[in-house]
Amino acid sequence: MESIYGTWPWYISGFLIGGVMLLLVYFGKTFGMSSNLRTMCSILGAGKSAEFFRFDWKAQRWNLTVVLGAMIGGFIATHYLTDPQKADTVVLNPHAITELHSMKIDVPDGKLLPDAFTSAEALSDPKVLAVLLLGGLLVGFGTRYAGGCTSGHAITGLSNLQLPSLIAVIGFFIGGLIMSWLLLPLIFN
Amino acid sequence: MKFIKYLLVGILFGIVLTKSEAVSWYRIYEMFHFQSFHMFGIIMTAVVTGTIGLQLFKIGKVKNLDGQPVNLPAKEKGFTGYFVGGVLFGLGWGLVGTCPGPIFILIGAGFWAVGVILLGALVGTYFYGLLKSKLPH
Repeated sequence: MESIYGTWPWYISGFLIGGVMLLLVYFGKTFGMSSNLRTMCSILGAGKSAEFFRFDWKAQRWNLTVVLGAMIGGFIATHYLTDPQKADTVVLNPHAITELHSMKIDVPDGKLLPDAFTSAEALSDPKVLAVLLLGGLLVGFGTRYAGGCTSGHAITGLSNLQLPSLIAVIGFFIGGLIMSWLLLPLIFN
Repeated sequence: MKFIKYLLVGILFGIVLTKSEAVSWYRIYEMFHFQSFHMFGIIMTAVVTGTIGLQLFKIGKVKNLDGQPVNLPAKEKGFTGYFVGGVLFGLGWGLVGTCPGPIFILIGAGFWAVGVILLGALVGTYFYGLLKSKLPH
């Protein structure tokens, strides 16, 4: 029995994520995280300038509640379900470590995210801020254009045997491979 | 109180994605470089679990909470939007390592820098809303 404080195995994690999707279906809803970005735009008044944001966002309160829960879950997992004495979070393939060194990105050493993107020092670097903003922009624009993200297409859509979701997921991987293999080494060299 | 079940599902989702490290930029990097089976295993197990579960709903063995048969809406037919949007999202996912769920989870976990990603994602969503009628789908 592995400790719940370490990295959860993929078969347990995947089963539980499938379970989350099925629970929402059982509640009469569908699993989709990127829809919340649209809802938040509506709440912020985007409906004044674009018809796309004129909808009854209150009908999406259940999904915003899932988001709130997810945030609490992230807090619980990092504060109460992680052993700070052990740097056993994100144990990477040694090849990845070598590549990170060549891009001057710090290795995990027990962290979920690199300091190169998240430390106070990094955030004072305009290049890092631009990378985070651009990444966010692509995630927001791309998921809406594709009509869903990893939860809506990769998990729900593929489980529901939807061809459009397969097209979207192939797109996700083409974009990710281009970024990870070709562009990342150019951005961080 | 009807919202409590959504809150609990969200908490489960946040804990699982954090403890499986699917929220980690490093894990996404490793996945796109085929250096670990971990993320592929997670996605495949989730899809297999989901497919079996949805089939049980569809053949009517399990009804939803309101006692209704489950009928997930089919995605509209199309190619361009799914593919081009998918590639653009993939570029962002490969760069900052966060799909929309983990953006929220990581902010909850105290990674304030991810707030910048959220800001970008909201602006990106807004741009899509502005341009929607002019884009091929």
